[in-house]
Amino acid sequence: MTQRLVVIGAGMASGRMLEHMFDAGGDVAVTLFNAEPRGNYNRLMLSPVLSGEKTYDQIVTHDAGWYESRGVDCRFGEPVVKIDRDRKVVVSKSGETPYDALVIATGSAPFIIPVPGKDLPGVCTYRDLEDTNAMIAASGPGANAVVIGGGLLGLEAAAGMAARGASVTVIHLMGHLMERQLDPAAGYLLQRDLERRGIRIHCKGATKAILGKDRVEAVLLEDGTVYPADLVCMAVGIRPEVRLANDAHLEVGRGITVDDRMCTSDPAIFALGECVEHDKQLFGLVAPLYDQARVLAATLLGQEAAFAPVQTATKLKVTGVDLFSAGDFAEGPGREDIVFRDPGRGVYKRLILEGDRLIGAVMYGDTADGAWFFDHIKAGRDVSDLRETLIFGPAFAGGASANPRAAVAALPPEAEICGCNGVCKGRIMTAIDSGAVTLDAVRATTKASASCGSCTGLVEQVMALALGDGFVANANPPMCKCTDHTHEDVRRLIKSMGLKSIPAVMQDLGWKTVGGCASCRPALNYYLIADWPMEYRDDRQSRFVNERNHANIQKDGTYSVVPRMWGGVTNPAELRAIADAAEKYNVPMVKVTGGQRIDLLGVRKQDLPAIWSDLNAAGMVSGHAYAKGLRTVKTCVGTEFCRFGTQDSTGLGIRLEKLLWGSWTPAKVKLGVSGCPRNCAEATCKDIGVVCVDSGYEISVAGAAGMEVKETEFLIHVATEEEVMEVIAAFTQLYRENARYLHRIYKWVAKVGLDWCRAQIEDPGNRRALYARFQQSQAVYQVDPWAEHAATPADWAPIADLTLRAAE
Amino acid sequence: MTLYVDIAALDDIPRQGARVVRTPAGCVAVFRTADDQVFALEDRCPHKGGPLSEGIVHGTSVTCPLHAWVFDLNTGQAQGTDDGAVRRFAVRVAAGRVLLDASLLARRSAA
Ligand code: SRM
Ligand SMILES: Cc1cc2nc3c(=O)[nH]c(=O)nc-3n(C[C@H](O)[C@H](O)[C@H](O)COP(=O)(O)OP(=O)(O)OC[C@H]3O[C@@H](n4cnc5c(N)ncnc54)[C@H](O)[C@@H]3O)c2cc1C
Ligand code: SF4
Ligand code: FES
Repeated sequence: MTQRLVVIGAGMASGRMLEHMFDAGGDVAVTLFNAEPRGNYNRLMLSPVLSGEKTYDQIVTHDAGWYESRGVDCRFGEPVVKIDRDRKVVVSKSGETPYDALVIATGSAPFIIPVPGKDLPGVCTYRDLEDTNAMIAASGPGANAVVIGGGLLGLEAAAGMAARGASVTVIHLMGHLMERQLDPAAGYLLQRDLERRGIRIHCKGATKAILGKDRVEAVLLEDGTVYPADLVCMAVGIRPEVRLANDAHLEVGRGITVDDRMCTSDPAIFALGECVEHDKQLFGLVAPLYDQARVLAATLLGQEAAFAPVQTATKLKVTGVDLFSAGDFAEGPGREDIVFRDPGRGVYKRLILEGDRLIGAVMYGDTADGAWFFDHIKAGRDVSDLRETLIFGPAFAGGASANPRAAVAALPPEAEICGCNGVCKGRIMTAIDSGAVTLDAVRATTKASASCGSCTGLVEQVMALALGDGFVANANPPMCKCTDHTHEDVRRLIKSMGLKSIPAVMQDLGWKTVGGCASCRPALNYYLIADWPMEYRDDRQSRFVNERNHANIQKDGTYSVVPRMWGGVTNPAELRAIADAAEKYNVPMVKVTGGQRIDLLGVRKQDLPAIWSDLNAAGMVSGHAYAKGLRTVKTCVGTEFCRFGTQDSTGLGIRLEKLLWGSWTPAKVKLGVSGCPRNCAEATCKDIGVVCVDSGYEISVAGAAGMEVKETEFLIHVATEEEVMEVIAAFTQLYRENARYLHRIYKWVAKVGLDWCRAQIEDPGNRRALYARFQQSQAVYQVDPWAEHAATPADWAPIADLTLRAAE
Repeated sequence: MTLYVDIAALDDIPRQGARVVRTPAGCVAVFRTADDQVFALEDRCPHKGGPLSEGIVHGTSVTCPLHAWVFDLNTGQAQGTDDGAVRRFAVRVAAGRVLLDASLLARRSAA
């Protein structure tokens, strides 16, 4: 007979349990209640959503299709209010639902400190998507946010809001941050790193009251300090959500009491997740919860299984902050410390030994050996032989030379790689042997790195060891084979380390090749131009042929020449000059392009300087038809001639093109300006589009009409042409400063989120600063490359002609 | 013994770049690396004829500008999974001048 299973709470623990049950072919009819109006998502990943590195859609674990194909009756947004154990039913707003077996998986509720003002609008906790969205909405540039609580969650909230431009203060009751996971020295390094990002940290701060009339305005501390606040996030801890169980008179300690099979004091009721207490222990990280999920699935299917809690290790999910802690690190009799510090690099490592065994590890700044130490802690191995060199990690222990993969290579098969899902190195190796050769495949078969993602690098290293050259990383791969750094890391390090030349980047970031390759050199050249417009000088030899020669190479080695035609408008003199040039240089094809201008195709390289100088003489400059830079501004005729035109779209397009031309960008940039919503300039599929209306200008961005086709998304409405120019130049600068090389605007916006972009642009101070930086760069780079190179025609011809000499 | 013909000053070729020499045997690309080594290769990619002289020079390799095949300047061999080779010619630097294999002067190439 099909069992009727009712589950209360569609969170991470119950979600994993259902997966196990369905995978095992369990014959159950599941009804799934959730207080949140949605199904199971990866709660750990709310922090990347908050910081803008991910979107909600990317963190959904089970979508509607998943539930439907498994016949789950979903009651989302419908909390259970009562359990009637005698009649075996649960009660919710739609009435009673009977069960044969009941699972309580209600997670935990954030703790709210009972201070005056705690109920004011603008006070939130950090638990679910609603909290996350509230913080996103309140954390644009200029906003003040206060986070109460300097633990894991509080710091992730603070870093996320700071990444969105808010100025953030963290108030922490204890003497140093994350005191449950870090010792004071590591806490200090963490505090210093966060302060460098502009986050203010107030330790030993006790909150007295939250002030405000209709909504929060400030936070008052016991010592009298007042911090202004548009938003207050309370992240001071959680307590198990046990109200239903209490009301139903189940046995409850701090959490719902369960045995090794995850059964409560009622044999028909089970519980798992953060709401339970097992052997006097509570749980706040997913790794043990996933073990509970496996055990409970087996129990419900009538199999033998027992839960035994394992040690957990902690990592903070703040991009760029590297910390690791595991085991017990309190000082005590019979305990010894081994400490290593490298202040220059901001590295701190501490190992805690009891007798011959390693019992704890705290690491900051360099956590590569974390998994190796954690493995020793869990295995309880005798480390007396290794003691002398233990702190230097496996590379030293094995006597092998320092090699980035040595740490992982030295791990035994049973060493845990993915803490969240309890996946060991051996299991990953087995999965690879049976054909999982991409990260996605390893994730799908073992779940390694599928939860908080912080072990992705380790998983990739295991794969690299197993597969050698056959391994292609895909998560956030390094820039190219010359480096282990991603594009994002390199961009950040260029700024933070003040690296101002390609050799400096290669030296200080440890490039593995001499002189890079054809993939990283153009990217580095661009990053340096964008970040140091005044100091850096363009490296022509690091550019692809088209940009080096300021013309598009054709398949037969000739080139095409496209002069600028501002806003698509030309005149008889320009047309005559183009016609003359076409005849003089035997141009095989003259073509009107899709960008409202004229292309002369098939010009020989040695003729380029001459044809450019002829076109220059008629007042024309390079159209940059080859550039990762501004291409074209397409316009329509607008008020000047069209009976529907609302504004001078042609004039505005010309002014925009004159403002933006010559600027280098991560990938090409195309604009369109239409005089009315009939949109004859196709503005709504460009990188940046303007549609004129009676009340002003609708600016939208992130369109695409190449390999992908996508409509632009609305950015902002402005009233005057001046504002259009400022907004568009500022937005272009934002893109120049932040995107990775070769990502078009639509790809970049998909990554950082349009809301973030808009917040940057809407803030008047920020917009003006971006605009000023754009103009500073233009002062250097807005030059006509044709005029520059037409002066040295000899450089464009063969260096020697032996056919002539031979004939002599 | 190889006879050489003087073609240009070393400084006429940009570091990490190349210049073309026209010869009766076709165009030859003369490369100069970041540390001033020079190499001479046929300026025609075996894939689809791309001008290697327009590629990005990195270390002692060049990447073809048309479809990114990579060639070792020492051997003329395509790297990685691509299969093909370009002809090499003797070239050397003396007193700041670039000297190229004189047999390229001949109508019928020696190679
Ligand atoms: C000349 C032109 C076709 C024409 O005859 O009309 C053209 C020609 C080329 N396009 Fe284009 N595109 C031309 C308009 C477009 C348009 C339409 C437009 O601009 O309104 C698009 C779609 C919109 C867009 O930009 O996405 C377009 C999307 C592409 C793409 C796909 C880009 C993408 O991100 O999906 C490429 C490939 C690339 O850039 O990697 C490309 C690449 C090329 C290249 C540069 C291919 C190459 O690397 O050699 C072609 C160079 C031909 C040459 O030698 O001059 N071309 N190309 C057009 C020049 C416009 C201009 O005046 O500058
Ligand atoms: C921002 C954030 C970051 C985190 N980062 C990490 C990390 O890096 N590593 C790590 O290991 N852990 C992390 N955690 C902790 C981890 O998310 C939790 O341990 C895990 O989600 C707990 O799973 P659960 O199923 O017990 O509860 P939850 O996932 O919270 O699910 C419980 C569900 O039950 C619902 N519910 C409650 N009461 C009722 C009711 N009466 N009726 C119906 N439904 C109800 C709730 O709405 C909720 O959806 C993080 C947590 C947060 C909030
Ligand atoms: S669509 Fe663009 S890239 Fe493709 S052949 Fe035509 S011009 Fe070349
Ligand atoms: S022509 Fe050289 S790679 Fe295609």
